[in-house]
Amino acid sequence: MTTTALDLTADVVIVGGGPAGTWAALTAAAAGADVLLLDKGYCGTSGPTASGGTGVWYVQPGPAAREKAMASREALGGHLQDRRWMARVLDQTYENMNRLEAEARYPFPVVDGVAHKRGLQGPEYMRRMRSWIKRAGVRVLDHSPVTELLVDPAGTVAGVRGHRRQHDTGYRVRASAAVLATGGCAFLSKALGCDVATGDGALYAAEAGAAMSGMEFSNSYAIAPAFTSVTKTAYYGFATFFHGDGTPLAGAGSQGGRSVIAQELLRTGTVLCQIDHATPEQQALMRSGQPNFFLTFDRLGINPFTDKFPVTLLLEGTVRGTGGIQIVDDDCATTVPGLYAAGDAATRELICGGFTGGGSHNSAWAMSSGTWAGGGAARFAAALGSSAVKRRLTGAGGVAVRPTGSRPFDGDPWAEAQDVLRRQVHPYDKNYLRHGDRLRPALSELDELWQRLRAGASADPAGTPRLRQAAAMVAHARWMYTSALARTESRGMARRQEFPGLDPAQHRRLTVGGLDELWVRPESLLAPRPELAVAS
Amino acid sequence: MIEVVSASRCVTCDVCIAVCPTNVFDRGAGGVPVIARQNDCQTCFMCEAHCPADALFVAPLTHPAPPDSPLRDEDHVTDTGLLGSYRKELGWGRGRKSGARTAVGPELGRARITPAPAQGE
Ligand SMILES: Cc1cc2nc3c(=O)[nH]c(=O)nc-3n(C[C@H](O)[C@H](O)[C@H](O)COP(=O)(O)OP(=O)(O)OC[C@H]3O[C@@H](n4cnc5c(N)ncnc54)[C@H](O)[C@@H]3O)c2cc1C
Ligand code: SF4
Ligand code: SF4
Repeated sequence: MTTTALDLTADVVIVGGGPAGTWAALTAAAAGADVLLLDKGYCGTSGPTASGGTGVWYVQPGPAAREKAMASREALGGHLQDRRWMARVLDQTYENMNRLEAEARYPFPVVDGVAHKRGLQGPEYMRRMRSWIKRAGVRVLDHSPVTELLVDPAGTVAGVRGHRRQHDTGYRVRASAAVLATGGCAFLSKALGCDVATGDGALYAAEAGAAMSGMEFSNSYAIAPAFTSVTKTAYYGFATFFHGDGTPLAGAGSQGGRSVIAQELLRTGTVLCQIDHATPEQQALMRSGQPNFFLTFDRLGINPFTDKFPVTLLLEGTVRGTGGIQIVDDDCATTVPGLYAAGDAATRELICGGFTGGGSHNSAWAMSSGTWAGGGAARFAAALGSSAVKRRLTGAGGVAVRPTGSRPFDGDPWAEAQDVLRRQVHPYDKNYLRHGDRLRPALSELDELWQRLRAGASADPAGTPRLRQAAAMVAHARWMYTSALARTESRGMARRQEFPGLDPAQHRRLTVGGLDELWVRPESLLAPRPELAVAS
Repeated sequence: MIEVVSASRCVTCDVCIAVCPTNVFDRGAGGVPVIARQNDCQTCFMCEAHCPADALFVAPLTHPAPPDSPLRDEDHVTDTGLLGSYRKELGWGRGRKSGARTAVGPELGRARITPAPAQGE
């Protein structure tokens, strides 16, 4: 294994410096903890929020507005949400957004004399979060992917290990508590800002004994102009979609008609789009609202309002899906002592149910769950006190760090994982338009690959982070398909072609876990709800 | 993907090397960064936004631009005003007003669904 060149200590270690990680760091530091934040990339630019920006679930207090906000996506989410959690997130988001204005001086637009807080421009938001946490005394190490958790003999999380890629040295952090805020998993689809989101945290949590929840809701695909990365989808609500020959593609739409686009792409490979239903005033507002939406068009010489341009759908998996690490209390603790999860790394079912959290809920969840996880981790660390430094540390990592077999992987494990994920996870007829007859063989191939990776894959210290990413994506895909197969109905975004309807007997969340052998278990049935609907 | 590093504009500040989330750049001779791992580029435009000298240009494609593409040509992206355009829209840089101040999009109603063509069309 890596010779540990850098030995660090912290009360709380935060893995990932997107919105969830930075809010966690801020809260833990404010509680008096000594905080170290580690990012695979760069805290301030890394992750989809930094490059994409987010609409935010910012709702004025007041029962009528709050009731409307909570009810808005309940049916789409298959009524798997929890009202108490929604109310908590609305409260916490309201507070955090107001703090962003007052304490981080975020330059919110002012409309009719009132600051407009329903959105955050990504680069501005995350650069401010970085300087804010630094002012609060948080230490930040960039380009330092965490590769595994460290545990004490009782199985309590006691630190992390990783690699500083711009210095080519390993590091070890002894910590009293850890927060996983590594984002979701978008399978290196090159969706905007998502290539750092490879599900690492979920793998590490599972290795320490945590489970996942909502993993069947992981088939989010976003519209982008063909061969480009900008998966900003809001303005496609003003669009018309066409067949390759220019005739309208009936039923296609960015919400409630995306599967029609997927079917046509599968059938012919081409779907055209024109944003032809926006007035000149709306067009101008789009440009100031989301300048990055226009980067692609301006640079390719496309006028999206008057030209028909080809579009594609890029896999965003659990980034705009809702599955992730199961959390068990109001502090976003996992089932593993000392380990907390926040943002896309955690399940968002509690507020999203089975519907996408994109557009507003995810950003609210990231800042709220981050705040809670950071506070919980600081309290855990304080309770542990100085006994933390005496613990014996063991690496919890398995696949790609401690092979179980006697012979090395036969072939290039990274290339093979990419190939299997390309064929069995990205395609619209596998993960999006799901059918058991296609899910089962896909899952077997992923299982087989996992067994081989587990037995033989390994790399030198510099290559380990990448191989762990590959393994994390394969693990992710297996949890996704195992849950998808267990849900024999269509609820939220988890639809099955052979089970098109809702089954009231399946009105409950699914927990999935395991690494070599997977298991899936239904939680208890939720109270019945009226007007159940299926999302598109 | 990242396509252009303007050696004449670059002030060798290393910012792009630090901020690129996927570690695409290396420090080159004389301090001007080189695109060392273009395949890892996720086309996120972050390096361009943070470069204080408007020395970087990211083509919006998720694959390398073809050799004869104007998107690889520093003169073309300079003359068309594309170089530095994202930073300008963000309102970053001395004397500029933050673009976040005016970032209010249109009200989003229900997304439109493409209707079937009218009968007989
Ligand atoms: C194009 C796009 C637009 C979106 N728009 C909206 C919107 O309008 N509204 C909304 O609510 N949501 C939106 N979302 C979703 C939203 O961006 C995410 O929910 C949000 O970014 C989650 O924040 P996070 O902090 O959990 O994770 P991320 O922002 O993904 O950050 C994770 C961080 O962890 C780091 N990391 C990963 N692995 C490791 C490791 N092994 N070691 C160390 N660090 C690691 C990464 O480098 C990254 O910095 C959008 C998503 C996309 C892709
Ligand atoms: S950020 Fe710009 S000026 Fe600084 S090193 Fe990179 S290219 Fe040169
Ligand atoms: S576009 Fe993004 S990923 Fe590509 S070089 Fe620039 S910062 Fe790095």
